[in-house]
This record gives sequence, C-alpha cells and structure tokens, in this order.
Amino acid sequence: MTDNIYMPYLMKVEKITWEAPGVRTFMLKFINEEDQARFDFKAGQFGEYSVYGSGECTFCIASSPTRKGYIECTFRQTGKVTNALAGCEEGSIIGFRGPYGNIFPIDEWKGKNLLFIAGGIALPPMRCVIWNTLDLRDNFKDITIIYGARSVKDLVYKHELDDWKMRKDVRLITTVDPGGESPDWNGEVGFVPTIVEKVSPSSENTVAIVCGPPVMIKYTFPVLAKLGFTDENIYTTLENRMKCGFGKCGRCNVGKYYVCKDGPVFTLAQLKDLPDEY
Amino acid sequence: MNIEKRLVRKGSLEKLFNLLKNNGNTIMGPLERNGKTRFASVNSFRDIASGYVQTTQSSKEVAFPRAEKILDYSKNAAGMSVKGIDPAEIPQVVLWGVRPCDAMGIGELSAIFNWDYKDKIYNNRLSRVTVIGFSCEKADEYCFCTSVGGNPGSTEGSDILLTRMGGDGDFLAEIITGKGARIAALSPELFEEAGNPEKDKFLASVPVRFEREMISRKLDKIFESDEWVSQSLKCLGCGACAYVCPTCACFDIQDEAHGRSGSRVRCWDSCGFSMFTLHTSGHNPREVQSQRWRQRIMHKFSYMPDRLSVYGCTGCGRCSRACPADMNILEHLISIQEAEV
Repeated sequence: MTDNIYMPYLMKVEKITWEAPGVRTFMLKFINEEDQARFDFKAGQFGEYSVYGSGECTFCIASSPTRKGYIECTFRQTGKVTNALAGCEEGSIIGFRGPYGNIFPIDEWKGKNLLFIAGGIALPPMRCVIWNTLDLRDNFKDITIIYGARSVKDLVYKHELDDWKMRKDVRLITTVDPGGESPDWNGEVGFVPTIVEKVSPSSENTVAIVCGPPVMIKYTFPVLAKLGFTDENIYTTLENRMKCGFGKCGRCNVGKYYVCKDGPVFTLAQLKDLPDEY
Repeated sequence: MNIEKRLVRKGSLEKLFNLLKNNGNTIMGPLERNGKTRFASVNSFRDIASGYVQTTQSSKEVAFPRAEKILDYSKNAAGMSVKGIDPAEIPQVVLWGVRPCDAMGIGELSAIFNWDYKDKIYNNRLSRVTVIGFSCEKADEYCFCTSVGGNPGSTEGSDILLTRMGGDGDFLAEIITGKGARIAALSPELFEEAGNPEKDKFLASVPVRFEREMISRKLDKIFESDEWVSQSLKCLGCGACAYVCPTCACFDIQDEAHGRSGSRVRCWDSCGFSMFTLHTSGHNPREVQSQRWRQRIMHKFSYMPDRLSVYGCTGCGRCSRACPADMNILEHLISIQEAEV
C-alpha cells in the first residue's frame, strides 16, 4: 500500500459461497504477499470493497482475525456495487481497503457469558466476533447464539449453524418468522425479540451483542432490559452510509460522532447519548 | 515569523504577476465569465477580474478540486493494474486575489483533512500553493467575517497579503510566511520600504452581528427545536451552498469507467442532498430537509469546534448569495443566537 489511503489492496476472489437468495460470501486473498503480511484487523472492523469501474461499498469483515491468510465478506446483492460484486467469479480481482472503525472489546469480555442475538443479514458482522471468541473458547463462559431470519432459506451460514448446533460449548437457537418455516424445520418459529424472551437468558455476568434490522433491535432492547441487562452490557453496531471510512467524507456522522471512527461498535449506553439520527 | 511590511507600487503588480508566472507557477486567479467569478488558471494579468466584493466560487478547489482523480486502473490479460496519483503531476500554484475569508477557510478545510488520518492527496496539493491575499476594500450585506473570527484585512491563511491604500493607490504588502518571503526575495526591488501605514482605514467595515461561541452553546440545546423546520422550509436541497462554500469538505467517491480502464474520482458532495445519507435498504437517517439543514449548521458551528477545535464558517456570505431560494445564513445564525432555550 502506498501512502495514498484511497488505494485499495488488490484481492483475489478465492471462493464464493452461496448463503441465501442474493447473499454470497467471498473469501478474499491478497494478491501481494507483503500486503498480506502487513494486514491485521480486529473483530468489528469494516472495509471498503470495490469493483473497478463500479465503485466502492462498505461492509464488515465477516471472518475472524484468528483465521489468518484471508478475509471474508458476506453481502446481499442490492445496489450498484453489490450487483457488480455479484458478477465476480472465483479468480476475479477486486479492491479492498481497511480495516476501519473501532472494535468489539473482546479482551474486556474474558470470564463472562456471551449472548449473541442476530437477525437476517446482520449475522455476518457478528460471525467475525463469534468465531473470534470460539477460537479463544477457554476465555469465556457460556456462549449463546440466537439467530433468526425471515424464512429458512434466508438463514445465512447454514453449514456453520449446523457446526455450532453440534458443538457442546455453544448453545444455538435458530428461529424464523411465522410463516417462514419449511416442513422439516425443527428450530423455533417467532420473531427474534419473542424468542429472546422465551429463551430468557440470564443477564448475570453476561454481555449481549445485538445486530439486526432496526425493527428487531428496537424490540429486542426492552426484552434485554427486562432480563436485567444494563445499557453498558449491550453492544450493537451502526451501519450508516459511508464513502471514505476514515472521518472525512462527512456522511456517517450521528451528531458529532463518526460511525466510521467512533463506531461501528457502540454500547446501548453510548447509543442513548446520540441524537436520533441513525 | 514576524510580519514584514513592504510597499508594492500599483504599477508593479503586473511585474510581480509576470515574475511568478515565468518562475514556473500556475497562477490561479479570479476570472469572470457570464457575470460569475471563479478561480482558474490565468494567462495574462489583464484577464484578472477586479472590483468584486467576493468571487462567486471560493478558492478551495485549488487544494480540493471539485472532481479529483485518486487512482487509475486498467484491466489486462495479466489481471489488474492500479496506480495512484504521482505528486509530481501536481502543479506549483500561486493563488492570486484571494479574500481573507477564503484564506482563513484553508485552515478550516485543512482541519477536516488532517484530524486523525492526514490526507496526503489534499496535503500534497496544499503544500504546492502560495496564497497572495487581497484585503477587502468593500463588503456587502452578506459579509459577516467579523462575527466568525476574521476581518477584512486578516492575514490568517495568506502568505502575502496586499492591501490597497486608497481607491487607486499603491499596495501595502504584508509578508506573512516563509513562502511569502521566498516570493518577495524573487524580486526585492518590487517590495519597497513601506514605513508604517495605517492599514485599517483602507479596509471595508463589517459589523459584528453575532458571537459564534454563543451559537455553539445554543446549538447544544436546540437539536430537537422547530427552528430547523421553519429555517429550512424554503430549502430546495440543491446543494449550491456547499459548492460555493470555502470550508465544505463532504465528498463522494465514484468510478468512471471507459471500457477496460478508468479512474476513481473524489468529488464534492453536499449534506443538503436527499441521497447523501440514504441507505441501500431505503432507510434514511436524515430523511427530511430540516434534518439536513440542521446538519449543515451543526457541523459548522457545533461538531467542528467540538471535534476539530475550529469553526466551519468564514463569514464569506457566498451561500446566501448563491441560494436560489434566498435563504440567508446570517439571518438564521442570528435567529439561533436569539432562540429561547
């Protein structure tokens, strides 16, 4: 990388995994070995992914920093750049710059129970921190994952969900919205906040990490409060539109805070301090 | 360094211009076209516009062009080749005829590009710019530099500041920086002994209309106020205010493709545009124009002082002059200062 921060790393699309309708995971490897050697990131950080000629778009790094030699991203084909990304094949070259933003404070969570709550396409930002903590499993007490999607086919990382289900050191609860179940579905049926209430995880020595669509988040926070979680022990991420990723382009700010610099990870306590503009 | 005062004869100005021009500099000065003035490369001294209170466009594009290439790419059989911008391609520029408010704006723009990560592309350009400012002999009802820390003869941001002494008089040259001194050293005979002229009497009078610290304190308390709705009812969301502003730095990044090659371009953007913060999902954190207007004022008078220790307004008045709906930022700021909280 030159000292031009806008200059992306060249990345090769090593492997493409279909996750759900319109949703793909790219495994990306650095074309330049020196870039690979120098690159480091932490759970929660994001980057700008680009298709030359179509532009850049922002999403998290979905793989864990404990897995070296590659990064992964998972995206839904929605806009101009994600459509161009969807046109990539294994072997295609794309751009990536990052990592940007703050991190999940995993070190502070040592010795605690972790409760992950995710909805739909918001599992990818959490997958990074889930694998990060699973790869350092001894540092944490109980790990519970509650994941829901609109329908069975919309669940992402289906193979990993199976892995987590099999593991004895993880408790996984999957759910789909009413009407989204298939005949052989053996998970829960119900909206994520309802299922959180039903599962009723203990807030004792526990941090909750919540990522999902705004409506899911809105109805999950009160459930967590009822279970005794304090605002300081609830973490989430904001997903504002960005261009630069490092506090210049001016569009991701919420009040005086930049989601790209001060976030994307916020506690609910911090969130309550922000103006309602996200 | 101490500011050194010199006298430049009115007849010597052209000599100075030619000297700088022949010395390998691109001279960016105010040129008039269709009644609008904009900083552009000047070939001849005689082409330079004069008599303007303020140029239509600010001079910020010298360091922050409205559309600026940040990389070139080309796809080839071997894969992809991408190259950044060679700083050697950036010209040495003398910015000629800048008003003190624009010169002050350079510092505010630099604060944005240099808090946290230091933007090399911007800094490379700015380091090649020498600013020759011209004090204001006249002002209009849109000017309010004195309310935001400036004044019509402020030396802040200029390398040399020229002040015309009387209607058709000679110029007082204040040599402010090392860059300015290097220019003066090119031709010492053009910079004569000045004595100690009373500069202030040649300057425009711009009354102080509000106190910016007071605005900043008020803004902490009126985020939810209806004031934003009433102030922005006229706003068309056209973004003209941001495009003429010397300190607005919000930008977009877009690719321009031509077949198998192309460029990535950083281009001006505006928080006033409805799509500025629009998510792909359709959700928009700043959904209505009043939120976008609030962002504009908050950013300049609350967030920037808070995060960067500078304000984002130099009182040049351009946004009010350019607004097709006749929104006047000065009136709105005074109204914020007087708001009951």
